[in-house]
Amino acid sequence: MSARVNLDFSQIVPSIPFIVEGVIVTLKIVIFAVLLGFALGVVLALMKIGRIKVLAWFADAYTSVFRGTPLVLQLVLIYFGIPQLTGVDIGPFPSAVIAFGLNSAAYVSEIIRAGILAIDKGQREAALALGIPYKLMMRDIILPQALKNILPALMNEFITLTKESAVVTVIGAMDVMRRAYIVGGQVYRYIEPLLIAGLIYYVLVMLLTLLGKALEGRLRKSD
Amino acid sequence: MIKVEDLHKSFGNQEVLKGITTTIKQGEVVAIIGPSGSGKSTFLRCLNLLEEPTKGRIWIGDEEITDKKTNIMKVRQHVGMVFQHFHLFPHMTVLENVTYAPVKVKGVAKAEAEVKGIELLKKVGLEQKANEYPSRLSGGQKQRVAIARALAMSPDVMLFDEPTSALDPEMVKEVLEVMKALAHTGMTMAIVTHEMGFAREVADRVLFLDGGQLIEDAPPQQFFSSPKSKRAQEFLEKML
Repeated sequence: MSARVNLDFSQIVPSIPFIVEGVIVTLKIVIFAVLLGFALGVVLALMKIGRIKVLAWFADAYTSVFRGTPLVLQLVLIYFGIPQLTGVDIGPFPSAVIAFGLNSAAYVSEIIRAGILAIDKGQREAALALGIPYKLMMRDIILPQALKNILPALMNEFITLTKESAVVTVIGAMDVMRRAYIVGGQVYRYIEPLLIAGLIYYVLVMLLTLLGKALEGRLRKSD
Repeated sequence: MIKVEDLHKSFGNQEVLKGITTTIKQGEVVAIIGPSGSGKSTFLRCLNLLEEPTKGRIWIGDEEITDKKTNIMKVRQHVGMVFQHFHLFPHMTVLENVTYAPVKVKGVAKAEAEVKGIELLKKVGLEQKANEYPSRLSGGQKQRVAIARALAMSPDVMLFDEPTSALDPEMVKEVLEVMKALAHTGMTMAIVTHEMGFAREVADRVLFLDGGQLIEDAPPQQFFSSPKSKRAQEFLEKML
């Protein structure tokens, strides 16, 4: 059988640097979204386990909405919605960071909540008995221990975010995915640039995985 | 030093403490004993409000800690507590465990806290473990670190909640020795314990609790040789 492998990378070789440059856009979106998602996730998690009912209710509702609707819909709503409602055109990059950050916070808050609840309540009691205030107890005693346990789950979330960031293509951000499309359109061959894009995402995720492993090793030094 | 007046505590509709009134004087060592479920741990945990009393009042020094206006976090800084399961902070070294609260809560300079920390670790015989993590210590060593951690806050009172119950038998002694030495320094101590020999030897008074009530309050010689109540007699028969 003459399964004709009809792949020709020669035409897109000159465009590969153009696609690779998209890594910067992708990484910028991912890094800022991870930071936003993590910070907001911690706050939401603390609200969920806290005593103030209204805040716990709000955090649960927040998670429910952001987990219950498609990410691409949230992205488009923010990109088109904010200019329409406020008159301020915020552009694709901030829209992407906000959408991914808000979305990720919903998942991160659940991971952190589970991590905090898994810490032996004796840790909290020991801190209380020493007169350590809530803020210090969370920052220095509970969260560091929780983070160590939930690091694999958090890395999962960040890996998902890295790959999912490809949907910013729909609002025209010049990330890896979008550039692959553009190159495809220029040379009228889509498979080759998309394979290149796939390889780039895979390498990014592998690097992230290695980073996670290194971090985990460091946090386990007290075992 | 500690005054407890008609202390009640319920969990749901189960009343664990049914009106306890007693005082603990400055420098006194009080052993709290009784069968399991008698409320002795709950009683001790009420003394620094780890459990919130349902009814009744507690004073530590001049402060009524059951008064809503009292800053309980401030009070707890003067009331050390040692738990059955140690509850050391596993991600901190032994020395960090001991110096964390003085530095971060009291604002003691780090260098000063470390000098004092090492001194306390020497007292409990563990200065050579200062830079180890708790996971590398035996149960008895962990508990001695926990005692040093509580002492680092220079408390006026020390509460011990079954400090040797989770230990292997051969490690009980090393912890009791540390506690005995502490008692000799004039520290005010309230100790929930099953170690009858220790209670008899070290305590100034024994409180016997059963069914959430204070059944007997007597010096150890008197309590152990001629307990007044039937319940205490039965309990001692089983224990000794």
